[in-house]
Amino acid sequence: MKIVWNLFWNFFLIGLFTFGGGYAMIPMIEEVALRETWISSGTDIYGWVGIAEGTPGPFAVNIATLLGYQNAGFIGAFFATLGVILPSWIILVLIAAFGKKILETKYATAALKGLRPVVIGLISVVVIGLIYQNLFQTSLDLWNLSIKGFDYFSLIIGIVVFGVSLIKIKQKSLSPIFLIILSGLLGILFYQVVGI
Amino acid sequence: MKKTTELFFSFLKIGAFTIGGGYAMIPLMQQEIVEKKKWLKPEEVIDMVAISESTPGVLAVNFATYVGYRVAGVWGSIVATLSVVLPAFIIILLLSTVLAAYSDNSLIQAILKGIKAGVVVLLIRAIVKLIKICKLTPFNIVLIISTILVSLLVKGIVFYIIISGAIIGIIYGLIFAKETFKA
Repeated sequence: MKIVWNLFWNFFLIGLFTFGGGYAMIPMIEEVALRETWISSGTDIYGWVGIAEGTPGPFAVNIATLLGYQNAGFIGAFFATLGVILPSWIILVLIAAFGKKILETKYATAALKGLRPVVIGLISVVVIGLIYQNLFQTSLDLWNLSIKGFDYFSLIIGIVVFGVSLIKIKQKSLSPIFLIILSGLLGILFYQVVGI
Repeated sequence: MKKTTELFFSFLKIGAFTIGGGYAMIPLMQQEIVEKKKWLKPEEVIDMVAISESTPGVLAVNFATYVGYRVAGVWGSIVATLSVVLPAFIIILLLSTVLAAYSDNSLIQAILKGIKAGVVVLLIRAIVKLIKICKLTPFNIVLIISTILVSLLVKGIVFYIIISGAIIGIIYGLIFAKETFKA
């Protein structure tokens, strides 16, 4: 029961502290999931970040359902999801009921001016950490850097997907699903076919 | 059809057919909520997005709650919220059951490793998009760089960093943008 409560409460906090949708949530989810040992290493979550990005529905719900299910079955999935959506629902109902006056204070706008760059910085750290983990199979710790076991395949896949992502068709960028499927296929090609 | 039933099916559709959530939902919502059901006027969509952006939480749920409440009060907001998340919930449940059974499979492992490499690109894209929204002013650059440095050096303080961001924004506003704080 404790794990179900932990899932609910931590996802409630994550929902409450997310500004600007999906990706802003990743640094928090990674930190909480490691602390609560929902995942065994930092890398575990990113395969799922990709899958969440490639499946229908809000990113936050995908991740909450997944971590909830993996750690406490259906009940876990249910309460993690409920936790992550509850703050949004409560706040928006309050605004709808009491008018947007309570929101349109200058303080909310000012706070948001500080929040946006911070979120950008936090996601950048995720990217730096993820690249490092992909290349060296260990999580980034500035106090204890390791450069053993360089994974060339991951570098090549990253570069290819990046190159492809720059392609525009009729001035529209390629969809994330396409890039995720491409990454998965390249994964099969390199890790399964080319190298054992 | 009852309003809540209509809400249920509309938001179920929106939840099932948008990949990536949040902003990706807006075009479909416009079509369904504004053009077909006429629950919101076009200019109200801008209101909805602005409010959802400046409040915490899951964007899709913010949208659904906003529209659901406007159409059918508290019950409407509950129905719209639950139906917008239902497809994601079911799909991930199915996927994780399947993948849990094959998690040691080397093919699945290879696919996940590939996706981990590719996700970097999606994250970089998201950063570029966010930078375009908030512009690289000196204030923003300083804040971005100090966030990166602090969180690389000290682990486990993400929540505090986010709270500090809000506080810094307010202090900055009080000092340098006094005129907007009047009245």
